[in-house]
This record gives sequence, C-alpha cells and structure tokens, in this order.
Amino acid sequence: MKYLLTIYNEERAWTDASPEEVGQIMAAYEAFGRAAAEAGVLIGGEGLQPASMATTVRVRDNETLTTDGPFAETREQLGGYYLLDCADLDDAISWAARIPDASSGSVEVRPVMDYEGAEHVDEARERAQR
Amino acid sequence: MAALARAFGDLDRAEEAVQDAFVVAIERWPRDGIPPNPAAWIALTARRKAIDRLRLARRETPAAEIAVLEALDAEPPSPIPDERLELIFACCHPALAPETRVALTLRALGGLSTREVARAFLVSEDAMAQRLQRAKQKLRGAGIRFELPRERDLPARRASVLATLYLIFGEGYAATAGDALIRRELCAEAIHLARVLCSLMPDEPEALGLLALMRLHDSRRDARVDARGELVLLADQDRSRWDRAAIAEGSGLVERALALGGGGPYVLQAFIAAEHARPGGPDWTRVVGAYDRLLAVAGGPVVALNRAVAVAMAQGPQSGLALMDELAGELDGYHLLHSARADLLRRLGRADEAAAAYSRALSLAANPVERAFLAGRLEATTARPRP
Repeated sequence: MKYLLTIYNEERAWTDASPEEVGQIMAAYEAFGRAAAEAGVLIGGEGLQPASMATTVRVRDNETLTTDGPFAETREQLGGYYLLDCADLDDAISWAARIPDASSGSVEVRPVMDYEGAEHVDEARERAQR
Repeated sequence: MAALARAFGDLDRAEEAVQDAFVVAIERWPRDGIPPNPAAWIALTARRKAIDRLRLARRETPAAEIAVLEALDAEPPSPIPDERLELIFACCHPALAPETRVALTLRALGGLSTREVARAFLVSEDAMAQRLQRAKQKLRGAGIRFELPRERDLPARRASVLATLYLIFGEGYAATAGDALIRRELCAEAIHLARVLCSLMPDEPEALGLLALMRLHDSRRDARVDARGELVLLADQDRSRWDRAAIAEGSGLVERALALGGGGPYVLQAFIAAEHARPGGPDWTRVVGAYDRLLAVAGGPVVALNRAVAVAMAQGPQSGLALMDELAGELDGYHLLHSARADLLRRLGRADEAAAAYSRALSLAANPVERAFLAGRLEATTARPRP
C-alpha cells in the first residue's frame, strides 16, 4: 500500500543550522533514503525549497490568480516528502518515525488513493462513459 | 464477527454478514429448532452469507480475497475460530483517537449497540454513528490490518490496547453524574475485555496487571458511595461491603504478574490497590516502595502526589506535606492536590490553612459527588472550635 509521508518543520531549524549541523542532517537523510531503498519501500522523495519561494495558484472565472507564498502560513512548513510502498500502516508509521525531522517537527502519513479498488470511482467512471 | 472482520479486513461487511445470518436464524430456528451450537451456526451462516455477497460483487473483488474466504468456508464449523485478539488490536490502533478507540472497541467487541455507546459518552446517537463510521473507514482505508502486530510494533500497540480498556473502565468508574446502570455496564465490559485479553495473552504481565487493577477497584464499588450518594474515603469505607471474590482474584493476578517478571505501570498500580485491600490495611512502606518504582517507569506529578499521600501515612503528615508543597506549582489547578494538602493540614491541627485548602479544592472540583464531600469537610474544619 502506498503512503505519502510529508515532512513538516520550522524552516529556522534548517536556515539557522551551522554548516556542520546541515552536514549532519543531510547525512541522516541520505541514510534514511538508503535504508528505505534497500528495504524496497522507496518509490520517491524530494526536499523542497523554503515556503518563501512558493507561489499559490487559483483559477476563478477562467482567470489565473497567483499569490506570493504558501497555501497556508503556519509555524511548521512542508519541507519535503517521501512516497513509500509499505505493507501496512504500522510499517509506514515505523518508517515515518525514522525520518530525521520526525524528532523535531512532524511527519504526516497519508495513504494514497487507490482508484482501482474504490467502488464510488468505478461507478463515476461508468456513469461518465454512458 | 472478529473472525469475519479479519477475513474481510472490513467491519461493515462483517456486520452485514452477521445481520444476514440472524435474519436466516429468525426464519429457520422456530421451524427447524435451535441448532446444538447456535454461536457456531451463526458464524458459519454469516460466513456463507458474506461469500454470497462477495460473489455478487465479484467484479470488483480481488481473487485472492475470495480464495481466502472460500478456504474459510471449507473449514469445519467448530471450533469457532477466535480472532478477537486481532480485532482488539485493530480497534485500539494508536492511529485512531483515544475516544474513537474506546467507542469502536465497545461497539465491535463489547457488544454494545451504537445507541448504548452514545449514551455512555453523552453524545447523540447520530454523532456516535458518524464517529464509528469514520473510524471504520480509516481502518479500511489507511491500511490498518486485522492481524497481530509485528514483534517490533507490539509494545506500542499493546500499550494502546491496555490504555483503551482502562479508559473504558475509568469512564464507568468515575462517580460523575449520569446513567448509573450504563456506568456499571462499562466497568463490567472493560473487565470482560481485559479477561478476554488475558486469556489470549496469558503470559503478558501488564494485561494481568490491568485486569487485577480493575477487579480491585471494582471490589470497592458498593462501599465508595454511601446511601445518600456521597463519596466515602477509602479509610472510612465499610470493608464488609467490599467484594471478597474480586479482591482474591485481583490479588492472585498481581502475584502471577509479579512472578512473570512484571513491573510495568499496571502491575505496580494493581500491587498498590491489592495492598489497600489487605484485611489489616496496607503496609505503607511497601506502598511507598511501589510508588517509587511507578514514578521511575511512568513518572508525572499525579503519581508523585499519590506517593506523597503514602509517605504521609508511612512517615507522618509533615513529610507528606513537604513533598506536596514541592508539587504545588505544577498541580495548582488540580483539586486533589488541595484536598490532600487540606487533609494533612487538618491532621496537623492547622485548621485555618486546612480550610483555605478545602475551599481552593472546592473551587476547582467539577464532580458533584466530590464537591459535596469537600463542602462537608470544609464545614467540619471551619466549625471546629478554635483554641
């Protein structure tokens, strides 16, 4: 079962870190990525640039509206993600707990929608085809 | 139903199937007579009904799932496969909110109806039905398996099960207002479920400790409130109204848990409760010793407060008071700190300070039974003639 693990932390934890600390964090993430790849659960993952680099887009009345900044201004910002294929939720939780930022920020574990198995999606497709 | 839920990984389907089976039973039993093992008959029929439903929906059902169900169907109908442990672990999954775990466990394992669960938690039946529905969707959608946890996940998962059962018990045991009958039933359910857990994990000290703790608390149920519904302190309780069988069972379970090497929070709390139930009263030095260990494994200011009470009994009120004063900052908003302090001050003859502490406790307490008790104490303290 696929899970998206999104990593939230205060960006200061990263920007205020000394070069040595940045090196340690990077090494910890590399170790996590290697372990997840070796276990065969890693599908993908990326770190993100700071939320101040974000642009939020909305389309209203066919007009594209852009605003500077992230969708929600919160203390903890989305800083990166992993997409993992795990046996079950317990497995996903134990991987989430190993992500370096889990010990200072938080990691949200979200099961990815499986469109093949979902009855209401099948129904909607059939209706759309008719 | 537990077996079905595991087979389907889905409580809704299991519930539907069991309902189907009862419909058939209502039709057939009056005509053909009640089968020799009604529970096994229902289980088997429910399974067949579930498979019928799945065959109807075959288009969208993975072949593997149907194969598993057909294998189950081929089994001889008895003994009934007991998969309640898997179901308890799923319902008490730490990914569910504690109040959801409680509701789901009562509904799926305790045999309470949605209406009864709703009444126990003073919410509307609709709200409870919605909460249960969302929980079932999460069980199904988030990948919570109806299987025993892996070894490495077991400590956290087991702790969540024990805490859920203790929450159910606590909900029933708290002497708050509400339907007394439902509250009694919650305690009985929690004890029943802990018993099931112990029978399924017979060598797990903390499960034994939890059952012991509940039995020992419950043994004092009739004595802790007097005829007018007022709270009676442990020391003033009529011991002849304690349930001897419950105490014997609880104390026996504590011994077994200790013999198995238990020393976790439930075993230690049960040990203390067993001390309180001894015919001659507790050995306070042993109680203090148990609180020392409890503080080490499950610290926190409330445990420290209880330890201070035991120290006061073992070494005199002055020693207890000194420890409580250290906790005053952290527990200032907790009414039991102030009532415990008041009691020690009263015993030291410091009536004015005792009265002040009782009023502070009274201003913080919400439970009407406790409030009545504190008001009575306050009155007795202020009415005492001053030197």
